[in-house]
Amino acid sequence: MSTVERVLLASPRPAVKTRRAHLSRESRHGLAFLAPFLLLFAAFQVIPVGYAVWQAVHRTVQSGLGFGGSTTTFVGLDNFVRVVEDPAVRAAVLRMLLFGVVQVPFMLGLALLMALLFDSTLARLKRFFQLGAFLPFAVPGVIGAILWSFLYLPGISPVVGVLTALHLPHGFLGPRAVLWSIANITTWQWTGYNMLIIYAALQALPRELIEAARVDGASGLQVSLRIKVPLVRPALVLTAVFSIIGTLQLFSEPTIVRSLTGNVTATYTPIMAAYYAAFGRNDANYAAAIAVTLAVVTFALSYAFMRIAQRGQR
Amino acid sequence: MTSSGAVQRRNGSPAVTAQALTLAFFLALTAYFLVPVYWLVVAATKTTADLTATNGLWFAHVNFGQTLRDLFHYDDALFSRWLLNSFGYAGLGALGGTLVSAMAGYALAKYRFPGREAAFALVLGGVLMPPTLLALPLFLLESKLSLTNTYWGVLLPSLITPFGVYLARVYAAISVPDELLEAGRVDGAGELRIFTTIVLRIMSPALVTIFLFQFVAIWNNFFLPLVVLNDRNLWPVTLGLYAWQGKAILFPDVVRIVLAGALVATLPLVVVFFSMQRYLRSGLTAGGVKA
Repeated sequence: MSTVERVLLASPRPAVKTRRAHLSRESRHGLAFLAPFLLLFAAFQVIPVGYAVWQAVHRTVQSGLGFGGSTTTFVGLDNFVRVVEDPAVRAAVLRMLLFGVVQVPFMLGLALLMALLFDSTLARLKRFFQLGAFLPFAVPGVIGAILWSFLYLPGISPVVGVLTALHLPHGFLGPRAVLWSIANITTWQWTGYNMLIIYAALQALPRELIEAARVDGASGLQVSLRIKVPLVRPALVLTAVFSIIGTLQLFSEPTIVRSLTGNVTATYTPIMAAYYAAFGRNDANYAAAIAVTLAVVTFALSYAFMRIAQRGQR
Repeated sequence: MTSSGAVQRRNGSPAVTAQALTLAFFLALTAYFLVPVYWLVVAATKTTADLTATNGLWFAHVNFGQTLRDLFHYDDALFSRWLLNSFGYAGLGALGGTLVSAMAGYALAKYRFPGREAAFALVLGGVLMPPTLLALPLFLLESKLSLTNTYWGVLLPSLITPFGVYLARVYAAISVPDELLEAGRVDGAGELRIFTTIVLRIMSPALVTIFLFQFVAIWNNFFLPLVVLNDRNLWPVTLGLYAWQGKAILFPDVVRIVLAGALVATLPLVVVFFSMQRYLRSGLTAGGVKA
């Protein structure tokens, strides 16, 4: 059936009255199909966020020895002021900024290079190498982190063993090194995934354009840098935004490495600080304030990044 | 393909050098990606003594059978329970989530109703909401509702997958023809019957993709069960292994058990990933989502 016929069939509009009656029935059916999702979404996404905001502007004080119940009072932005002034939270945020500034460009650069090589005529055994790069993504994140945590542990780790034998630095869990050991875990896990997204975007490019450039005498490198990279920019922006979000909510990797070294503190990342506030100090109001602040920062950074990326394109 | 091949042949040796460099680059990278997993396989077969005393990258006395037995008996035989819990959370959550998403996506694609655009905007906002960030607010609410420390506390939030709704909407809009729905209505079939007999069947490729993504996401979930579940009997396998890993420093014999457990807990996912690659790829490239 042609598009024209479809449009004609889809919009037979007789008298207004029957149309309205039909629409309302259609509305009812549509809403009925949507209802389960909307209800769950409201209950487990919208209301929790609202409740977290409510918690963040209140403070609960246990009266007496904690037996006499507690009193909750509205404190406005007090909790947020505490978040901003908390040196532990500040250190965690700065740490994640440093982490993101180094790890995200490194990982995406590597993923882009791999994708470009897979898209060129240079790569052999493509299928095997792609599966290899994708395997870490199939390993559950927590298990990947457990795996690497043992690979950092002297005695068990063959990596540490080899480095020690070669008299090379091997203190993966040292106070400074541990941040980059954690960065290595996320790089290991996510490079293949990002490569796949960029590679899919490359594969979708019009081949004639690339052929034309090759016929005009452009080298493989020139085609890659001047034609392919600018054209897959949306995919790069997408992977960058997801990576920024991922960095700001980093939790399981540092938490798991923390089991093996005191160099990862309880408030090492912002989410860990929120977790510590809720469970280590039993201060739900403060935990909510950290979570809300982090949500705002995450959205602001993602939005700002997308705006900058769009401006650069024009 | 042909013309670029010709260019390369004309260039001769530089192209060969570039190919060799590329090969070396990919070999090194693949070693980086694969060696940790290979080490896991090797290390899980060793005795505690061999773990530190023998070459980490090669097999010693294979003790895997004993370690597997120990894995399933250690710590009140919790491991099988955790594994079962993970299958429960991921299987039921993904099944329910897929159905809920299919209905919502179909409604958004094929019905006109007030608030449709707003609902879709809400879905897109939900896609961007990082799950880790949501877990703490969820915990605060669930502890008010006494949902913490119950299966429901983990299962119910797992039923929401805004990405699944998005995928279902796109797929329904493209693949479900309006004429077919009209024909069904003319034949007197109810809306629900049309959905269950016609629409679900047509949407099945997208549904498989949504199911797989949700299964993997729930299987990998760590933060939500960590904050919601206190009772070890309710834990999924990721949380259980994390707890055991924490003991490894004090009890070296636990290391081999954690490694074997890690291997066992990874296998279902690796099987899913590599047998269902086609579906996962279509989902990944449809917009990209972090599991």
